[in-house]
Amino acid sequence: MAAIKEQREQTDHYFSAFSALEARRAQKGGSWFDATRREAMEHFGELGFPTTRLESWKYTSVQPIARSTFQLEESGRAKVSAKHLEGFAFGDQVSGTLVFVNGFFTPPLSELTRLPGNVVAGSLAGHLGNRPDGFEHHLARYALPVENAFVALNTAFLEDGACIEFPSGTVLEKPIHVIHWTEPAGSPLMISPRTLIVAGHDVQATVIESYVGGEGAAYFSNGVTEISLGENSSLEHAQVQQEGGKAFSIAALHTHQQRSSRLLCHNIALGAELVRNDVNCVMGGEGAECTLNGLYQTAGRQHVDNHTLMDHAMPHCSSREYYKGVLDGQSAGVFSGSILVRKDAQKTDAIQSNKNLLLSEDAVINTKPELQILADDVRCTHGATIGQLDAEAIFYLQTRGIGKAAARNLLTRAFANDVIGRVSFTPLRERLEATLLERLSKGWKAEEVL
Amino acid sequence: MLEIKNLHAEISGKKILKGVDLKVNAGEVHAIMGPNGSGKSTLAQVLAGRDLYAVTEGEITYQGKDLLAMAPEDRAREGIFLAFQYPLEIPGVSNMYFLKAALNTIRKGRGEAELDAMDFLAIVREKMKLLGVDEAMMSRAVNEGFSGGEKKRNEIFQMSVLEPRLAILDETDSGLDIDALRVVADGVNRLRAKDRATIVVTHYQRLLNYIVPDFVHVLSAGRMVKSGGRALALELEQKGYGWLEEEFEAAKA
Repeated sequence: MAAIKEQREQTDHYFSAFSALEARRAQKGGSWFDATRREAMEHFGELGFPTTRLESWKYTSVQPIARSTFQLEESGRAKVSAKHLEGFAFGDQVSGTLVFVNGFFTPPLSELTRLPGNVVAGSLAGHLGNRPDGFEHHLARYALPVENAFVALNTAFLEDGACIEFPSGTVLEKPIHVIHWTEPAGSPLMISPRTLIVAGHDVQATVIESYVGGEGAAYFSNGVTEISLGENSSLEHAQVQQEGGKAFSIAALHTHQQRSSRLLCHNIALGAELVRNDVNCVMGGEGAECTLNGLYQTAGRQHVDNHTLMDHAMPHCSSREYYKGVLDGQSAGVFSGSILVRKDAQKTDAIQSNKNLLLSEDAVINTKPELQILADDVRCTHGATIGQLDAEAIFYLQTRGIGKAAARNLLTRAFANDVIGRVSFTPLRERLEATLLERLSKGWKAEEVL
Repeated sequence: MLEIKNLHAEISGKKILKGVDLKVNAGEVHAIMGPNGSGKSTLAQVLAGRDLYAVTEGEITYQGKDLLAMAPEDRAREGIFLAFQYPLEIPGVSNMYFLKAALNTIRKGRGEAELDAMDFLAIVREKMKLLGVDEAMMSRAVNEGFSGGEKKRNEIFQMSVLEPRLAILDETDSGLDIDALRVVADGVNRLRAKDRATIVVTHYQRLLNYIVPDFVHVLSAGRMVKSGGRALALELEQKGYGWLEEEFEAAKA
């Protein structure tokens, strides 16, 4: 009883915040999305914050989030300038930049003038009016509030987000960049970043999402991204998470692919104190290809949990999953990779690999593959490794004049190289390489860096 | 250049070197021979600074400095180079990147300016030609997927680029066919100079036909049991190592 009471107390606060928000929204006139928000709130109430008694949350306690009382952010309150975004934005190397501050679209920091006219890129808020304008077929249709309390919470409090639509046949050479910036306030904030990417058929495009935040206070970023990829389209998507050191970062990525489409997703987790990434990829058309490319690099007391599901719903689809972790200090990592091959998904070709490098004796990793195969003519392979830097290799480098710390950096970078190497957009790849190196050298207080 | 006095070394409590003495002057080539398990490779690794081995007694002076007090990378920067018996594979690091980093840190140690990519490439191209190294090798990861012979050749190639003052070759000849052996020997001979020295650790006399040593030493059960000139190596080939151990024990008694 006490546990139920506590759970109710933990969610009560969100219910009163939701009521207040609803009242405010009612004054502005209704939205076609209101019913979905209300349902989502109900689901959140039923599900509550997950506990470690649930198999999928066994190694990750979200009690630090459940026990806190986060405040909702109102639009336009935070003061963020272009200077904050230096080192994160790509300027004219991308075809457009959408900046969201604490969840709300911020036009002065965004740059959309170079985008082709037929590409929709902007604020989701504008599509949540009285009458639906097409996005009702996609928004909250892939990330379902009934399945995940955090998705439910994000959906219930959804007010704004990034909305990108590529009409059929669009070929966009340079990426679109979405920056979700969180600026912490005096009291801990809950931010609900949301991104919706819809591509018609024969689209070729790249979308980069950066989740970044200021240092100092704790905050809770609860993001959801949905991607719908039409027939024969090709999309490269990157999520780079560099939240502040005291942040709680929860993110869900749900993708749906149609026939012969190709999706390449990068998931790079660097920041925040407590991280949970849920990635669900549905290959819903024959011959779809999906690649998940993940890297988590942790130090201090960071906790990073990656949960992925490759859902083979149709025949002849292939999935590739390459996740690597570099764990230092007293940090902990969790990798749980599921491959589901449904009954009709004959000729499925799925490969999963999770490799971990432990840089300290106190770092911990729990890695677990989960295969559920209901078809009989498939190829599924998986493998997980946990290792340390090779002392002999370090010595070999030392005998060539390379200092010990630099040798460790070099070998660690080499370990992460292939993940970063899969990022096609050179400016992002170079920035990731530099960021990784900087973090590594900090971790070891290296007296020298190559 | 190098003086080893009464060197004792062990690994996890097991004594391997039991009082090794050796003096190497600039300009000399010394061969260290001996049966398997005599401690040859341990001596080479201790000289390069492998901390797996604990030095329990004795001292090593290199160019007037206490070698044992120096970190492996500092030894390399002071001109010591070890060609490994089993060179390591470093996946994800290209030969080009690795060698440039190594050369520049060693040049810095010598008080020379670091090389830019162009100058570096010029040096590397010249050495590649001399050693018959394929240019495509430079963009491959260090030793990854290399055959045993390719790895050994890569060690000598690295040595040629880094131009050490004291080169230590740990059984570089093992597992090489005669053509590869010639390439390795040419590489070593090209580095011979008045201000440099070489220690060739080998199990076979064969290499010494190509790298003619000034001195030959026999290491057995962790001690130098005999030293002599080039002729000693030929004698060893005919008679094996057994007689030396008996002679050494008799002399002690």
